[in-house]
Amino acid sequence: MSSTFATPIDQIGVKERVSRLFSRSIKKESKVQALHLALSMIDLTTLEGKDSPGKVTQLCYKASHLHDSFPGLPNVAAICVYPTMVPVAKKALKGTGINLASVATAFPSGMADLQAKLDEVTSVVDAGADEVDMVISRGKFLRGEYQYVSDEIAKVKEACGNAHLKVILETGELATLDNVRLASDIAMEAGADFIKTSTGKVSPAATPPVVLTMLEAIRDFQAKTGKKIGMKPAGGISTAKQAIQYLVMIKETLGDDWLSPNLFRFGASSLANDILMQILKQSTGNYQSKDYFSID
Amino acid sequence: MSKTIKWEYSPAPEGTGHIELKKQYELFIDGKFVPPKSGKYFKTINPSNEKTISKVAEADQSDVNHAVASAKKAYDKTWSKMLPKERGKYIFRIARLLQERAREFSVIETMDGGKPIRESRDVDIPLASAHFFYHAGWADKLEYAFPGRQAKPVGVAGQIIPWNFPLLMASWKLAPALATGNTVVLKPAETTPLTAMKLAEIIQEADLPPGVVNIVTGAGETGKSLVNHPDVNKIAFTGSTEVGKYIMKAVAGSGKKYTLELGGKAANIIFEDAAIDQAVEGIIDAIFFNQGHVCCAGSRLYVQEGVADEVISKLRKRMETLIVGDPLDKNTDIGAINSKMQLKKIKSYVKLGSEEGGSIYQSSCPLPKKGFWHAPTIFTDVSQSNRIVQEEIFGPVLAIQTFRTVDEVIAKANNSPYGLSGGVWTDKGSKIFKVTRDIRAGVIWANTFNKFDPASPFGGYKESGVGSEGGIEGLSGYVNLV
Repeated sequence: MSSTFATPIDQIGVKERVSRLFSRSIKKESKVQALHLALSMIDLTTLEGKDSPGKVTQLCYKASHLHDSFPGLPNVAAICVYPTMVPVAKKALKGTGINLASVATAFPSGMADLQAKLDEVTSVVDAGADEVDMVISRGKFLRGEYQYVSDEIAKVKEACGNAHLKVILETGELATLDNVRLASDIAMEAGADFIKTSTGKVSPAATPPVVLTMLEAIRDFQAKTGKKIGMKPAGGISTAKQAIQYLVMIKETLGDDWLSPNLFRFGASSLANDILMQILKQSTGNYQSKDYFSID
Repeated sequence: MSKTIKWEYSPAPEGTGHIELKKQYELFIDGKFVPPKSGKYFKTINPSNEKTISKVAEADQSDVNHAVASAKKAYDKTWSKMLPKERGKYIFRIARLLQERAREFSVIETMDGGKPIRESRDVDIPLASAHFFYHAGWADKLEYAFPGRQAKPVGVAGQIIPWNFPLLMASWKLAPALATGNTVVLKPAETTPLTAMKLAEIIQEADLPPGVVNIVTGAGETGKSLVNHPDVNKIAFTGSTEVGKYIMKAVAGSGKKYTLELGGKAANIIFEDAAIDQAVEGIIDAIFFNQGHVCCAGSRLYVQEGVADEVISKLRKRMETLIVGDPLDKNTDIGAINSKMQLKKIKSYVKLGSEEGGSIYQSSCPLPKKGFWHAPTIFTDVSQSNRIVQEEIFGPVLAIQTFRTVDEVIAKANNSPYGLSGGVWTDKGSKIFKVTRDIRAGVIWANTFNKFDPASPFGGYKESGVGSEGGIEGLSGYVNLV
């Protein structure tokens, strides 16, 4: 668990690879298929201090009624909320088959002691969260205390029980792609089911070079251990075009196995509507006004 | 939750409705399109489907005489007397027109040569116009390129270009020659003459004085007439080492200046401290760019022993994601082999590699039935003694060896009659300095490959050539300093 054996990442090479992947031209049937898939991978998210039970309930309804006037659309993968909203969301999602994810571990900063974090994880899992999105201790990581970071993830994983654990690296604070790679490796070895880029509270959030670096870490981890770890870019992904570009990146880095909500998610709040708009455009040939899509 | 899906990219072909191609192309001499005196034409085909695209004039000795005479007249009467800043304006005009018509040129380049539209659109055509822009800027600043000296033009330049980067090589040749005050007779390759003929239209549109640029199409004999013409003062050639040797003999004692940009067998070296995923991408770029029809291709791969298994396994997986097929499809990574003849040559080397005991691995991609195609191919278990390690294949075929020490890999890299290019991949700066200093090659890329810029000179050691193109070094091949 030291940086001596870390995998070096060449930033310029990563950027070049990203621009080559993003130059793929996705048209016609492949575009329609991608839009439906992207929709089914969304973790519809609201993480604001002013969130109310009403807003969360509305969001949960939208999760399974994305655009009822256009049949055949999938549901989103999950709803992602703050711990205090878990009971409200649990009730609202009942019977939909949609997962409930809660952020935990003193989200978004992670600046709390370990016991407080573990207690929070236990409480959201007890309240019915299917997935826990934790943050790593970036301060410890940047100080080189990799063992602490690793142990903390392992303990949170234990506290999760059967709930899936997503580990947020908050890559915007890790500064280099070398660090992103190292943090990804640490998180996967310590038991993460998913690794996730960002909280959405720090800029930059998910950037294409960061996502590619994490996907390559996942691929190498599978080659080494046989385990398939999921990936969730979050923050800053608001257009259908971006979502499709990321699907290209997954397909050509990890293969078709990862083209599933079981192994890939988008953490986003406004992405769903842009995708809906594109799906309707593919079907009717015309763009509709934003007012035709609900803002919940 | 939903099951995994199979997601395939739908075809995304670049349109061809916007291009203009004539059924027949004449020679471009003295500012006009003129039929060849012999009345002979040859077909140029699309190598991806073997369909004839157009017919092109075949220039014989008398046509070459006509072209050289026009170039000489234009040199004596107009171009060498023109104010340098005026010369520059014409070159800027060509650059701009080319930029404006980039899309049309990209499509034609891809149809005539088989390279993927992604490359002609993103590399060939933008770089070609960049070369004209760069050299246009030098036209009235030559005293700064050669401080304290006067740079005099040479006269008539005979320029012979290859089929792998047709328009780009035309621009590498034309732009510096024109900027320094020379006039030109250019001969494009017989399999890829069309973008040069389209460039002739642009040159006409730019109102370049008649005879400053003449373009004569044809095969080896046409080139031979040009090389041996007594009124040609400079030969600039890009192509095979075999022809390069012929040219050197032919011009010996004639007083002609010459630059030759010939073959290569570049060593691409991966150290175990390299960023492996990016290095794998570099290997792909180095050998599969333009189907490996690249003189500076990284066709000999040396991987340090400790990471060899990982690199080769990742390389194989990456090869599986390469899309081989219709060159006009925007998602195509690997297009068609340029000609039947070249495909035959590549296949004979692949056969040889297997016979010599190499272990072969090829992408499992399906290949189109019509046209000339070759799957991306790598060989392991080969040594310096194998011919596929020694000789230039000029196709998508990579020979891989492993090494243990820095000194060993430098010795192996230099153990080649060629010395055009090379690549080194490591996270350690000091290693980059050592390796790039000790390998005898004209250009060595560190943690990247196949990067080009008009300001950067390009040329080789040993059998890879004489002289450089690009930058100030490239200008010096077209001037006599007094």
